[in-house]
Amino acid sequence: MSMLKPDFIKPVGLGAVIFAALAFMPTLVDSYYMSLAISVVSFAILATAWSMFSGPTRYISLATVVFFGIGAYTVAVLGEVLPFPLVLVCAGLAGTVIALLVGFSTLRLAGVYFVIFTFGLTELVRQVVSWYEVNVTREMGRYVFLDITQNDIYWQLLALFAVLLVTGFILGRSRLGFALRIIGEDETVAKHCGIDVTRVKVALFVLSALFMTLTGAIMAPRWTYIDPVIAFNPMLSFQVVIMALLGGPRRLLGPLLGVIPLTLLFEVLTASFPNHFSILLGCVFMVIVYLLPGGVVGLYEKYRAPKKRVLATDQNAEPGGNAA
Amino acid sequence: MNTEILLSISGLHKAFGGLIAVNQMQFDVHQGEILGLLGPNGSGKTTVMNLISGALQSNDGKVVISGKDITNLPAHKISHSGIARTFQLVRVLPDLDCVENIEAGLAYRTKPLWGDAAHAAALELLDRIGLSKQAHIPAGDLTYIDQKRLELGRALALQPKLLLLDEWLAGLNPSELQDGIALVRKLKNEGLTIIMVEHVMDAIRSLCDRCVVMNAGAKIADGTPDEVLSDPEVVRAYLGDSHA
Ligand SMILES: Nc1ncnc2c1ncn2[C@@H]1O[C@H](COP(=O)(O)OP(=O)(O)O)[C@@H](O)[C@H]1O
Ligand SMILES: [Mg+2]
Repeated sequence: MSMLKPDFIKPVGLGAVIFAALAFMPTLVDSYYMSLAISVVSFAILATAWSMFSGPTRYISLATVVFFGIGAYTVAVLGEVLPFPLVLVCAGLAGTVIALLVGFSTLRLAGVYFVIFTFGLTELVRQVVSWYEVNVTREMGRYVFLDITQNDIYWQLLALFAVLLVTGFILGRSRLGFALRIIGEDETVAKHCGIDVTRVKVALFVLSALFMTLTGAIMAPRWTYIDPVIAFNPMLSFQVVIMALLGGPRRLLGPLLGVIPLTLLFEVLTASFPNHFSILLGCVFMVIVYLLPGGVVGLYEKYRAPKKRVLATDQNAEPGGNAA
Repeated sequence: MNTEILLSISGLHKAFGGLIAVNQMQFDVHQGEILGLLGPNGSGKTTVMNLISGALQSNDGKVVISGKDITNLPAHKISHSGIARTFQLVRVLPDLDCVENIEAGLAYRTKPLWGDAAHAAALELLDRIGLSKQAHIPAGDLTYIDQKRLELGRALALQPKLLLLDEWLAGLNPSELQDGIALVRKLKNEGLTIIMVEHVMDAIRSLCDRCVVMNAGAKIADGTPDEVLSDPEVVRAYLGDSHA
Protein backbone atom coordinates (compact mmCIF):
# COMPACT_ATOMS: atom_id res chain seq x y z
CA MET A 1 0.00 0.00 0.00
CA SER A 2 1.32 3.41 -0.93
CA MET A 3 2.33 5.79 1.83
CA LEU A 4 1.49 8.77 -0.37
CA LYS A 5 -2.27 8.34 -0.49
CA PRO A 6 -4.43 11.15 0.88
CA ASP A 7 -5.92 8.83 3.51
CA PHE A 8 -2.43 8.50 4.88
CA ILE A 9 -1.14 12.06 4.44
CA LYS A 10 -4.16 13.80 5.95
CA PRO A 11 -4.24 12.24 9.44
CA VAL A 12 -0.45 12.15 9.67
CA GLY A 13 -0.24 15.81 8.63
CA LEU A 14 -2.93 16.83 11.10
CA GLY A 15 -1.19 14.87 13.83
CA ALA A 16 2.13 16.53 13.02
CA VAL A 17 0.57 19.99 13.40
CA ILE A 18 -1.03 19.07 16.74
CA PHE A 19 2.18 17.59 18.11
CA ALA A 20 4.21 20.58 16.93
CA ALA A 21 1.79 22.84 18.79
CA LEU A 22 1.97 20.67 21.91
CA ALA A 23 5.75 20.92 21.82
CA PHE A 24 5.42 24.64 22.65
CA MET A 25 3.46 23.95 25.80
CA PRO A 26 6.45 24.47 28.17
CA THR A 27 6.73 28.08 27.02
CA LEU A 28 3.11 28.75 27.87
CA VAL A 29 2.36 27.09 31.21
CA ASP A 30 4.06 26.73 34.57
CA SER A 31 5.67 23.65 36.00
CA TYR A 32 2.55 22.39 37.78
CA TYR A 33 0.75 22.06 34.48
CA MET A 34 3.84 20.60 32.86
CA SER A 35 3.87 17.91 35.49
CA LEU A 36 0.23 17.22 34.76
CA ALA A 37 0.97 17.12 31.04
CA ILE A 38 3.72 14.58 31.66
CA SER A 39 1.27 12.35 33.51
CA VAL A 40 -1.27 12.60 30.72
CA VAL A 41 1.22 11.85 27.95
CA SER A 42 2.84 8.98 29.83
CA PHE A 43 -0.51 7.36 30.56
CA ALA A 44 -1.53 8.03 26.97
CA ILE A 45 1.48 6.07 25.75
CA LEU A 46 0.91 3.23 28.20
CA ALA A 47 -2.81 2.91 27.50
CA THR A 48 -2.37 3.18 23.73
CA ALA A 49 0.46 0.64 23.74
CA TRP A 50 -1.60 -1.67 25.97
CA SER A 51 -4.55 -1.40 23.58
CA MET A 52 -2.43 -2.07 20.54
CA PHE A 53 -2.07 -5.65 21.76
CA SER A 54 -5.00 -6.16 24.12
CA GLY A 55 -7.65 -4.37 22.06
CA PRO A 56 -7.76 -6.78 19.14
CA THR A 57 -6.70 -9.94 21.01
CA ARG A 58 -8.75 -9.36 24.17
CA TYR A 59 -5.87 -10.61 26.29
CA ILE A 60 -6.08 -8.48 29.43
CA SER A 61 -2.47 -7.93 30.44
CA LEU A 62 -1.54 -6.71 33.91
CA ALA A 63 2.14 -6.70 33.02
CA THR A 64 2.31 -3.04 32.00
CA VAL A 65 4.26 -2.10 35.09
CA VAL A 66 6.70 -4.95 34.59
CA PHE A 67 7.96 -3.29 31.43
CA PHE A 68 7.59 0.22 32.77
CA GLY A 69 9.62 -0.78 35.82
CA ILE A 70 12.29 -2.51 33.74
CA GLY A 71 12.70 0.72 31.79
CA ALA A 72 12.93 2.79 34.93
CA TYR A 73 15.41 0.41 36.54
CA THR A 74 17.63 0.33 33.48
CA VAL A 75 17.97 4.10 33.80
CA ALA A 76 18.64 3.84 37.52
CA VAL A 77 21.42 1.33 36.90
CA LEU A 78 23.00 2.68 33.72
CA GLY A 79 21.98 6.36 33.81
CA GLU A 80 25.32 7.60 35.08
CA VAL A 81 27.40 5.10 33.11
CA LEU A 82 26.20 5.60 29.54
CA PRO A 83 24.89 8.55 27.51
CA PHE A 84 21.12 8.77 27.82
CA PRO A 85 20.20 7.70 24.25
CA LEU A 86 22.27 4.58 24.74
CA VAL A 87 20.53 3.94 28.06
CA LEU A 88 17.21 4.09 26.21
CA VAL A 89 18.50 1.52 23.70
CA CYS A 90 19.53 -0.79 26.55
CA ALA A 91 16.16 -0.37 28.21
CA GLY A 92 14.43 -1.16 24.93
CA LEU A 93 16.53 -4.29 24.52
CA ALA A 94 15.85 -5.45 28.07
CA GLY A 95 12.11 -4.90 27.64
CA THR A 96 12.14 -6.73 24.30
CA VAL A 97 13.97 -9.77 25.68
CA ILE A 98 11.62 -10.08 28.67
CA ALA A 99 8.57 -9.58 26.43
CA LEU A 100 9.78 -12.31 24.07
CA LEU A 101 10.24 -14.73 26.95
CA VAL A 102 6.88 -13.88 28.47
CA GLY A 103 5.18 -13.90 25.08
CA PHE A 104 6.36 -17.30 23.97
CA SER A 105 5.71 -18.88 27.35
CA THR A 106 2.28 -17.40 28.08
CA LEU A 107 0.41 -16.42 24.96
CA ARG A 108 -0.86 -19.96 24.70
CA LEU A 109 -2.68 -19.38 27.96
CA ALA A 110 -6.23 -18.29 27.46
CA GLY A 111 -8.47 -15.86 29.27
CA VAL A 112 -8.18 -15.58 32.99
CA TYR A 113 -4.97 -17.64 33.17
CA PHE A 114 -3.17 -15.02 31.15
CA VAL A 115 -4.49 -12.22 33.39
CA ILE A 116 -3.33 -13.99 36.52
CA PHE A 117 0.02 -14.88 35.02
CA THR A 118 0.76 -11.28 34.09
CA PHE A 119 -0.24 -10.15 37.55
CA GLY A 120 2.00 -12.79 39.13
CA LEU A 121 4.81 -11.73 36.83
CA THR A 122 4.79 -8.26 38.37
CA GLU A 123 5.27 -9.74 41.81
CA LEU A 124 7.93 -12.12 40.54
CA VAL A 125 9.99 -9.43 38.83
CA ARG A 126 9.71 -7.14 41.83
CA GLN A 127 10.89 -9.91 44.15
CA VAL A 128 13.77 -10.84 41.86
CA VAL A 129 14.95 -7.24 41.65
CA SER A 130 14.59 -6.84 45.43
CA TRP A 131 16.51 -10.06 46.00
CA TYR A 132 19.28 -8.89 43.69
CA GLU A 133 19.53 -5.51 45.39
CA VAL A 134 19.59 -7.01 48.85
CA ASN A 135 21.96 -9.89 48.17
CA VAL A 136 24.21 -8.64 45.39
CA THR A 137 24.40 -4.86 45.42
CA ARG A 138 23.46 -4.83 49.13
CA GLU A 139 21.54 -1.62 48.74
CA MET A 140 17.78 -1.33 48.46
CA GLY A 141 16.82 1.64 46.32
CA ARG A 142 18.81 3.81 43.97
CA TYR A 143 19.17 7.51 43.31
CA VAL A 144 18.66 8.85 39.83
CA PHE A 145 20.58 12.10 39.41
CA LEU A 146 20.57 12.97 35.75
CA ASP A 147 20.82 16.26 34.00
CA ILE A 148 17.36 15.94 32.52
CA THR A 149 14.73 18.59 33.09
CA GLN A 150 10.99 18.25 33.35
CA ASN A 151 10.66 19.83 29.92
CA ASP A 152 13.11 17.30 28.44
CA ILE A 153 10.97 14.50 29.83
CA TYR A 154 7.87 16.07 28.33
CA TRP A 155 9.43 16.42 24.90
CA GLN A 156 10.77 12.89 24.93
CA LEU A 157 7.38 11.51 25.90
CA LEU A 158 5.69 13.60 23.24
CA ALA A 159 8.10 12.26 20.63
CA LEU A 160 7.54 8.68 21.84
CA PHE A 161 3.77 9.14 21.72
CA ALA A 162 4.04 10.49 18.17
CA VAL A 163 6.10 7.48 17.13
CA LEU A 164 3.58 5.19 18.82
CA LEU A 165 0.64 6.77 17.02
CA VAL A 166 2.37 6.56 13.64
CA THR A 167 3.27 2.93 14.40
CA GLY A 168 -0.32 2.18 15.37
CA PHE A 169 -1.60 3.97 12.29
CA ILE A 170 0.65 2.00 9.95
CA LEU A 171 -0.09 -1.20 11.84
CA GLY A 172 -3.82 -0.65 11.40
CA ARG A 173 -3.29 -0.71 7.64
CA SER A 174 -0.79 -3.54 7.56
CA ARG A 175 -1.10 -7.28 7.07
CA LEU A 176 0.18 -7.76 10.60
CA GLY A 177 -2.53 -5.51 12.03
CA PHE A 178 -5.18 -7.26 9.96
CA ALA A 179 -3.94 -10.63 11.19
CA LEU A 180 -4.34 -9.42 14.75
CA ARG A 181 -7.92 -8.36 14.07
CA ILE A 182 -8.70 -11.76 12.57
CA ILE A 183 -7.18 -13.46 15.62
CA GLY A 184 -9.36 -11.30 17.85
CA GLU A 185 -12.44 -12.33 15.90
CA ASP A 186 -11.74 -16.05 15.76
CA GLU A 187 -8.39 -17.62 16.47
CA THR A 188 -9.28 -20.96 14.89
CA VAL A 189 -10.27 -19.27 11.65
CA ALA A 190 -7.08 -17.22 11.74
CA LYS A 191 -4.99 -20.38 11.92
CA HIS A 192 -6.90 -21.96 9.07
CA CYS A 193 -6.30 -18.86 6.97
CA GLY A 194 -2.58 -19.51 7.22
CA ILE A 195 -1.76 -17.10 10.03
CA ASP A 196 0.97 -18.13 12.45
CA VAL A 197 -1.07 -17.00 15.41
CA THR A 198 1.62 -17.36 18.06
CA ARG A 199 4.13 -15.32 16.10
CA VAL A 200 1.68 -12.52 15.44
CA LYS A 201 0.64 -12.33 19.07
CA VAL A 202 4.21 -12.37 20.33
CA ALA A 203 5.24 -9.71 17.80
CA LEU A 204 2.50 -7.37 18.96
CA PHE A 205 3.10 -8.13 22.62
CA VAL A 206 6.77 -7.25 22.20
CA LEU A 207 6.02 -4.08 20.27
CA SER A 208 3.57 -2.97 22.93
CA ALA A 209 6.04 -3.83 25.71
CA LEU A 210 8.79 -1.88 23.99
CA PHE A 211 6.79 1.34 24.23
CA MET A 212 5.95 0.64 27.87
CA THR A 213 9.62 0.06 28.68
CA LEU A 214 10.70 3.27 27.00
CA THR A 215 8.03 5.19 28.89
CA GLY A 216 9.43 3.89 32.17
CA ALA A 217 12.95 4.79 31.09
CA ILE A 218 11.99 8.33 30.10
CA MET A 219 10.00 8.84 33.30
CA ALA A 220 12.74 7.56 35.63
CA PRO A 221 14.61 10.87 36.03
CA ARG A 222 11.37 12.40 37.28
CA TRP A 223 11.77 10.53 40.54
CA THR A 224 15.10 11.08 42.17
CA TYR A 225 14.79 7.85 44.11
CA ILE A 226 13.66 4.44 42.85
CA ASP A 227 13.13 1.19 44.68
CA PRO A 228 11.35 -1.98 43.53
CA VAL A 229 8.14 -1.04 45.32
CA ILE A 230 7.95 2.28 43.49
CA ALA A 231 9.06 1.00 40.09
CA PHE A 232 6.90 -2.14 40.06
CA ASN A 233 3.72 -0.80 41.63
CA PRO A 234 0.88 -3.00 40.29
CA MET A 235 -1.53 -0.09 40.67
CA LEU A 236 -0.10 1.35 37.47
CA SER A 237 -1.15 -1.72 35.46
CA PHE A 238 -4.71 -1.44 36.76
CA GLN A 239 -4.85 2.27 36.02
CA VAL A 240 -3.76 1.65 32.45
CA VAL A 241 -6.33 -1.11 31.95
CA ILE A 242 -9.19 0.97 33.28
CA MET A 243 -8.19 3.99 31.22
CA ALA A 244 -7.95 1.95 28.05
CA LEU A 245 -11.22 0.14 28.66
CA LEU A 246 -13.03 3.34 29.54
CA GLY A 247 -11.79 5.01 26.38
CA GLY A 248 -12.15 2.09 24.00
CA PRO A 249 -9.19 -0.12 23.20
CA ARG A 250 -10.08 -0.90 19.60
CA ARG A 251 -9.51 2.54 18.15
CA LEU A 252 -6.09 4.07 17.93
CA LEU A 253 -7.21 7.24 19.71
CA GLY A 254 -9.79 5.49 21.91
CA PRO A 255 -7.57 5.03 24.98
CA LEU A 256 -6.80 8.76 24.99
CA LEU A 257 -10.47 9.42 25.76
CA GLY A 258 -10.12 7.45 28.97
CA VAL A 259 -6.65 8.73 29.80
CA ILE A 260 -7.43 12.44 29.90
CA PRO A 261 -10.38 12.42 32.34
CA LEU A 262 -8.95 9.69 34.56
CA THR A 263 -5.46 11.20 34.81
CA LEU A 264 -6.99 14.51 35.84
CA LEU A 265 -9.19 12.73 38.34
CA PHE A 266 -6.25 10.78 39.81
CA GLU A 267 -4.34 14.05 40.04
CA VAL A 268 -7.13 15.76 41.94
CA LEU A 269 -7.47 12.78 44.26
CA THR A 270 -3.72 12.63 45.03
CA ALA A 271 -3.55 16.36 45.63
CA SER A 272 -6.68 16.65 47.77
CA PHE A 273 -6.63 13.35 49.64
CA PRO A 274 -3.03 12.14 49.64
CA ASN A 275 -3.65 9.70 52.47
CA HIS A 276 -6.78 8.16 51.05
CA PHE A 277 -5.79 7.90 47.43
CA SER A 278 -6.01 4.12 47.21
CA ILE A 279 -9.43 3.97 48.83
CA LEU A 280 -10.78 6.71 46.59
CA LEU A 281 -9.23 5.11 43.54
CA GLY A 282 -10.99 1.89 44.45
CA CYS A 283 -14.26 3.80 44.74
CA VAL A 284 -13.71 5.40 41.35
CA PHE A 285 -13.11 1.99 39.81
CA MET A 286 -16.27 0.68 41.42
CA VAL A 287 -18.35 3.66 40.33
CA ILE A 288 -17.13 3.27 36.77
CA VAL A 289 -17.86 -0.45 36.83
CA TYR A 290 -21.35 0.08 38.30
CA LEU A 291 -22.32 2.96 36.06
CA LEU A 292 -21.48 1.13 32.87
CA PRO A 293 -24.14 -1.44 32.05
CA GLY A 294 -22.67 -4.91 32.46
CA GLY A 295 -19.49 -3.44 33.92
CA VAL A 296 -16.44 -2.21 32.10
CA VAL A 297 -15.67 -5.61 30.66
CA GLY A 298 -19.29 -5.98 29.58
CA LEU A 299 -19.13 -2.70 27.73
CA TYR A 300 -15.81 -3.76 26.35
CA GLU A 301 -17.22 -7.07 25.11
CA LYS A 302 -20.26 -5.36 23.69
CA TYR A 303 -18.02 -2.86 21.98
CA ARG A 304 -15.75 -5.63 20.85
CA ALA A 305 -18.13 -8.11 19.31
CA PRO A 306 -21.70 -6.91 19.11
CA LYS A 307 -23.02 -9.75 16.95
CA LYS A 308 -20.72 -12.60 17.68
CA ARG A 309 -22.78 -14.53 20.16
CA VAL A 310 -26.12 -14.17 18.42
CA LEU A 311 -25.52 -16.57 15.59
CA ALA A 312 -22.95 -18.85 17.10
CA THR A 313 -24.09 -19.51 20.64
CA ASP A 314 -22.92 -23.09 20.78
CA GLN A 315 -19.65 -22.53 19.06
CA ASN A 316 -17.64 -24.18 21.79
CA ALA A 317 -19.25 -27.47 20.81
CA GLU A 318 -16.93 -27.33 17.81
CA PRO A 319 -13.71 -29.23 18.47
CA GLY A 320 -10.75 -26.94 18.28
CA GLY A 321 -13.03 -24.09 19.23
CA ASN A 322 -10.63 -22.58 21.72
CA ALA A 323 -10.85 -19.04 20.47
CA ALA A 324 -13.28 -17.74 23.03
CA MET B 1 -11.04 -40.55 -13.53
CA ASN B 2 -7.57 -39.55 -12.59
CA THR B 3 -6.28 -42.11 -10.14
CA GLU B 4 -3.46 -40.10 -8.62
CA ILE B 5 -3.76 -39.99 -4.85
CA LEU B 6 -3.96 -36.47 -3.39
CA LEU B 7 -4.59 -37.20 0.27
CA SER B 8 -3.87 -40.36 2.15
CA ILE B 9 -4.88 -41.09 5.72
CA SER B 10 -3.71 -44.12 7.62
CA GLY B 11 -4.08 -45.46 11.14
CA LEU B 12 -5.57 -42.19 12.32
CA HIS B 13 -6.49 -42.27 15.98
CA LYS B 14 -7.97 -39.70 18.32
CA ALA B 15 -9.22 -40.10 21.87
CA PHE B 16 -10.87 -37.50 24.09
CA GLY B 17 -10.12 -38.80 27.55
CA GLY B 18 -11.61 -42.29 27.53
CA LEU B 19 -13.73 -41.71 24.43
CA ILE B 20 -12.20 -42.96 21.21
CA ALA B 21 -13.60 -40.55 18.63
CA VAL B 22 -11.54 -41.79 15.68
CA ASN B 23 -10.26 -45.32 15.58
CA GLN B 24 -7.71 -46.56 13.00
CA MET B 25 -9.21 -44.52 10.19
CA GLN B 26 -7.77 -45.12 6.79
CA PHE B 27 -8.73 -43.85 3.34
CA ASP B 28 -7.33 -42.20 0.22
CA VAL B 29 -8.71 -39.30 -1.74
CA HIS B 30 -7.93 -39.19 -5.44
CA GLN B 31 -7.11 -36.08 -7.37
CA GLY B 32 -10.28 -34.33 -8.60
CA GLU B 33 -12.83 -36.52 -6.84
CA ILE B 34 -15.52 -35.70 -4.33
CA LEU B 35 -15.36 -38.04 -1.38
CA GLY B 36 -18.41 -38.21 0.87
CA LEU B 37 -17.72 -38.85 4.54
CA LEU B 38 -20.87 -40.32 6.04
CA GLY B 39 -21.99 -41.74 9.33
CA PRO B 40 -24.47 -41.21 12.13
CA ASN B 41 -24.10 -38.24 14.49
CA GLY B 42 -21.17 -38.63 16.83
CA SER B 43 -19.42 -41.16 14.62
CA GLY B 44 -16.31 -38.99 14.36
CA LYS B 45 -16.62 -37.29 10.96
CA THR B 46 -15.96 -33.78 12.20
CA THR B 47 -13.07 -35.05 14.28
CA VAL B 48 -11.52 -36.57 11.15
CA MET B 49 -11.89 -33.21 9.39
CA ASN B 50 -10.30 -31.49 12.40
CA LEU B 51 -7.38 -33.92 12.35
CA ILE B 52 -6.82 -33.30 8.65
CA SER B 53 -7.01 -29.51 8.92
CA GLY B 54 -4.86 -29.32 12.03
CA ALA B 55 -7.61 -28.00 14.32
CA LEU B 56 -6.87 -31.04 16.48
CA GLN B 57 -3.76 -33.13 17.00
CA SER B 58 -4.02 -36.87 16.47
CA ASN B 59 -2.76 -39.46 18.93
CA ASP B 60 -1.53 -41.76 16.21
CA GLY B 61 -1.56 -42.24 12.45
CA LYS B 62 -0.52 -40.33 9.40
CA VAL B 63 -1.93 -37.69 7.07
CA VAL B 64 -0.12 -37.22 3.77
CA ILE B 65 -0.99 -34.72 1.03
CA SER B 66 0.75 -34.92 -2.38
CA GLY B 67 3.39 -37.13 -0.81
CA LYS B 68 4.09 -34.63 1.98
CA ASP B 69 3.60 -35.73 5.58
CA ILE B 70 1.49 -33.12 7.34
CA THR B 71 0.57 -35.15 10.42
CA ASN B 72 0.08 -32.89 13.43
CA LEU B 73 1.54 -29.83 11.77
CA PRO B 74 0.06 -26.57 13.07
CA ALA B 75 -3.10 -25.52 11.21
CA HIS B 76 -1.48 -22.57 9.44
CA LYS B 77 1.15 -24.85 7.90
CA ILE B 78 -1.48 -27.33 6.80
CA SER B 79 -3.35 -24.45 5.23
CA HIS B 80 -0.17 -23.57 3.34
CA SER B 81 0.10 -27.11 2.08
CA GLY B 82 -3.17 -26.64 0.20
CA ILE B 83 -6.04 -27.64 2.49
CA ALA B 84 -8.94 -25.29 3.24
CA ARG B 85 -12.15 -25.97 5.12
CA THR B 86 -15.51 -24.79 6.32
CA PHE B 87 -16.85 -25.55 9.78
CA GLN B 88 -19.92 -27.53 10.76
CA LEU B 89 -20.98 -24.59 12.94
CA VAL B 90 -20.39 -21.77 10.53
CA ARG B 91 -17.50 -19.50 11.49
CA VAL B 92 -17.30 -16.11 9.85
CA LEU B 93 -15.44 -13.11 11.23
CA PRO B 94 -18.56 -11.32 12.51
CA ASP B 95 -17.29 -7.76 12.94
CA LEU B 96 -15.43 -7.69 9.64
CA ASP B 97 -17.32 -6.99 6.45
CA CYS B 98 -17.61 -9.51 3.63
CA VAL B 99 -14.69 -8.08 1.65
CA GLU B 100 -12.46 -8.32 4.72
CA ASN B 101 -13.65 -11.86 5.42
CA ILE B 102 -12.46 -12.87 1.96
CA GLU B 103 -9.27 -10.86 2.31
CA ALA B 104 -8.53 -12.90 5.42
CA GLY B 105 -8.25 -15.89 3.10
CA LEU B 106 -6.16 -13.99 0.54
CA ALA B 107 -3.64 -12.21 2.73
CA TYR B 108 -1.81 -15.09 4.39
CA ARG B 109 -1.92 -17.90 1.83
CA THR B 110 1.18 -19.21 0.06
CA LYS B 111 0.95 -16.54 -2.63
CA PRO B 112 -0.53 -13.73 -0.59
CA LEU B 113 -2.53 -10.81 -1.96
CA TRP B 114 -2.75 -7.50 -0.12
CA GLY B 115 -3.95 -3.97 -0.69
CA ASP B 116 -5.70 -3.08 -3.92
CA ALA B 117 -5.01 -6.46 -5.49
CA ALA B 118 -6.65 -8.23 -2.56
CA HIS B 119 -9.61 -5.88 -2.62
CA ALA B 120 -10.21 -6.52 -6.31
CA ALA B 121 -9.80 -10.28 -5.93
CA ALA B 122 -12.17 -10.27 -2.94
CA LEU B 123 -14.88 -8.45 -4.88
CA GLU B 124 -14.48 -10.89 -7.75
CA LEU B 125 -14.81 -13.86 -5.41
CA LEU B 126 -17.86 -12.35 -3.68
CA ASP B 127 -19.44 -12.01 -7.07
CA ARG B 128 -18.72 -15.66 -7.79
CA ILE B 129 -20.46 -16.83 -4.60
CA GLY B 130 -23.35 -14.41 -5.10
CA LEU B 131 -22.58 -11.95 -2.31
CA SER B 132 -21.47 -8.88 -4.25
CA LYS B 133 -24.40 -6.83 -2.94
CA GLN B 134 -23.41 -7.55 0.66
CA ALA B 135 -19.73 -6.64 0.14
CA HIS B 136 -19.61 -3.99 2.85
CA ILE B 137 -21.98 -5.55 5.37
CA PRO B 138 -20.49 -7.03 8.55
CA ALA B 139 -20.48 -10.80 8.23
CA GLY B 140 -22.36 -11.12 11.52
CA ASP B 141 -25.36 -9.39 9.96
CA LEU B 142 -25.69 -11.88 7.09
CA THR B 143 -28.34 -14.57 7.02
CA TYR B 144 -27.24 -18.08 7.93
CA ILE B 145 -27.10 -19.14 4.29
CA ASP B 146 -25.06 -16.14 3.27
CA GLN B 147 -22.66 -16.78 6.14
CA LYS B 148 -22.18 -20.29 4.80
CA ARG B 149 -21.46 -18.92 1.35
CA LEU B 150 -19.05 -16.39 2.77
CA GLU B 151 -17.24 -19.09 4.70
CA LEU B 152 -16.89 -21.11 1.51
CA GLY B 153 -15.63 -17.98 -0.25
CA ARG B 154 -12.96 -17.54 2.40
CA ALA B 155 -11.90 -21.16 1.96
CA LEU B 156 -11.73 -20.74 -1.83
CA ALA B 157 -9.69 -17.57 -1.41
CA LEU B 158 -6.94 -19.78 -0.05
CA GLN B 159 -6.72 -21.50 -3.46
CA PRO B 160 -6.72 -24.97 -1.92
CA LYS B 161 -5.97 -28.27 -3.62
CA LEU B 162 -8.28 -30.00 -1.18
CA LEU B 163 -11.47 -28.51 0.23
CA LEU B 164 -13.11 -29.89 3.38
CA LEU B 165 -16.84 -29.19 3.65
CA ASP B 166 -18.39 -30.14 6.97
CA GLU B 167 -22.17 -30.33 6.45
CA TRP B 168 -21.98 -27.28 4.27
CA LEU B 169 -25.35 -28.08 2.68
CA ALA B 170 -27.14 -28.63 5.99
CA GLY B 171 -29.97 -26.26 6.78
CA LEU B 172 -30.60 -25.08 3.25
CA ASN B 173 -34.12 -24.99 1.85
CA PRO B 174 -34.78 -27.04 -1.33
CA SER B 175 -34.02 -24.27 -3.81
CA GLU B 176 -30.91 -23.16 -1.93
CA LEU B 177 -29.88 -26.79 -1.82
CA GLN B 178 -30.02 -27.01 -5.63
CA ASP B 179 -27.88 -23.85 -5.87
CA GLY B 180 -25.48 -25.28 -3.33
CA ILE B 181 -25.16 -28.58 -5.18
CA ALA B 182 -24.58 -26.73 -8.45
CA LEU B 183 -21.87 -24.63 -6.83
CA VAL B 184 -20.04 -27.64 -5.42
CA ARG B 185 -20.25 -29.39 -8.79
CA LYS B 186 -18.78 -26.32 -10.45
CA LEU B 187 -15.86 -26.41 -8.02
CA LYS B 188 -15.27 -30.05 -8.88
CA ASN B 189 -15.35 -29.26 -12.59
CA GLU B 190 -12.73 -26.62 -11.97
CA GLY B 191 -10.50 -29.41 -10.69
CA LEU B 192 -10.86 -29.04 -6.94
CA THR B 193 -10.72 -32.17 -4.80
CA ILE B 194 -13.35 -32.20 -2.05
CA ILE B 195 -14.13 -34.18 1.08
CA MET B 196 -17.67 -33.52 2.17
CA VAL B 197 -19.38 -34.61 5.35
CA GLU B 198 -23.02 -34.74 4.41
CA HIS B 199 -26.40 -36.13 5.47
CA VAL B 200 -28.44 -34.89 2.52
CA MET B 201 -28.93 -38.01 0.37
CA ASP B 202 -29.72 -36.09 -2.82
CA ALA B 203 -26.46 -34.24 -2.52
CA ILE B 204 -24.51 -37.41 -1.79
CA ARG B 205 -25.95 -39.29 -4.73
CA SER B 206 -25.52 -36.47 -7.20
CA LEU B 207 -22.11 -35.22 -6.11
CA CYS B 208 -20.00 -37.93 -4.53
CA ASP B 209 -17.75 -40.16 -6.61
CA ARG B 210 -17.03 -42.29 -3.58
CA CYS B 211 -18.15 -42.52 0.02
CA VAL B 212 -16.48 -43.56 3.25
CA VAL B 213 -18.89 -44.46 6.04
CA MET B 214 -17.94 -44.20 9.69
CA ASN B 215 -19.54 -45.61 12.79
CA ALA B 216 -18.28 -45.16 16.35
CA GLY B 217 -14.98 -43.74 15.10
CA ALA B 218 -14.17 -46.55 12.66
CA LYS B 219 -14.60 -47.02 8.93
CA ILE B 220 -17.37 -49.50 8.12
CA ALA B 221 -17.71 -49.05 4.35
CA ASP B 222 -15.92 -47.55 1.37
CA GLY B 223 -17.27 -47.47 -2.17
CA THR B 224 -19.62 -45.71 -4.58
CA PRO B 225 -22.67 -44.01 -3.04
CA ASP B 226 -24.98 -46.82 -4.25
CA GLU B 227 -22.71 -49.53 -2.88
CA VAL B 228 -22.31 -48.05 0.57
CA LEU B 229 -25.92 -46.96 0.95
CA SER B 230 -27.14 -50.49 0.30
CA ASP B 231 -24.51 -52.06 2.56
CA PRO B 232 -26.34 -53.85 5.40
CA GLU B 233 -23.83 -52.69 8.01
CA VAL B 234 -24.31 -49.05 6.96
CA VAL B 235 -28.08 -49.43 7.11
CA ARG B 236 -27.81 -50.97 10.55
CA ALA B 237 -25.49 -48.15 11.76
CA TYR B 238 -27.95 -45.49 10.66
CA LEU B 239 -31.10 -47.23 11.85
CA GLY B 240 -29.52 -48.40 15.08
CA ASP B 241 -28.45 -44.87 15.79
CA SER B 242 -31.78 -43.24 15.05
CA HIS B 243 -33.70 -45.85 17.03
CA ALA B 244 -31.41 -45.63 20.04
N1 LIG C 1 -13.32 -31.46 21.53
C1 LIG C 1 -13.93 -32.58 21.98
N2 LIG C 1 -13.82 -32.96 23.26
C2 LIG C 1 -14.41 -34.08 23.70
N3 LIG C 1 -15.15 -34.89 22.94
C3 LIG C 1 -15.32 -34.57 21.65
C4 LIG C 1 -14.72 -33.40 21.11
N4 LIG C 1 -15.04 -33.33 19.79
C5 LIG C 1 -15.82 -34.41 19.54
N5 LIG C 1 -15.99 -35.15 20.65
C6 LIG C 1 -16.73 -36.42 20.73
O1 LIG C 1 -16.22 -37.26 19.72
C7 LIG C 1 -17.27 -37.97 19.11
C8 LIG C 1 -17.27 -37.71 17.63
O2 LIG C 1 -17.70 -36.39 17.40
P1 LIG C 1 -17.76 -35.73 15.98
O3 LIG C 1 -16.48 -35.95 15.29
O4 LIG C 1 -18.19 -34.34 16.15
O5 LIG C 1 -18.91 -36.56 15.27
P2 LIG C 1 -19.72 -36.29 13.94
O6 LIG C 1 -19.13 -35.11 13.26
O7 LIG C 1 -19.59 -37.54 13.16
O8 LIG C 1 -21.13 -36.04 14.36
C9 LIG C 1 -18.55 -37.55 19.80
O9 LIG C 1 -18.84 -38.52 20.79
C10 LIG C 1 -18.19 -36.24 20.42
O10 LIG C 1 -18.94 -36.01 21.58
MG1 LIG D 1 -19.96 -33.32 12.73
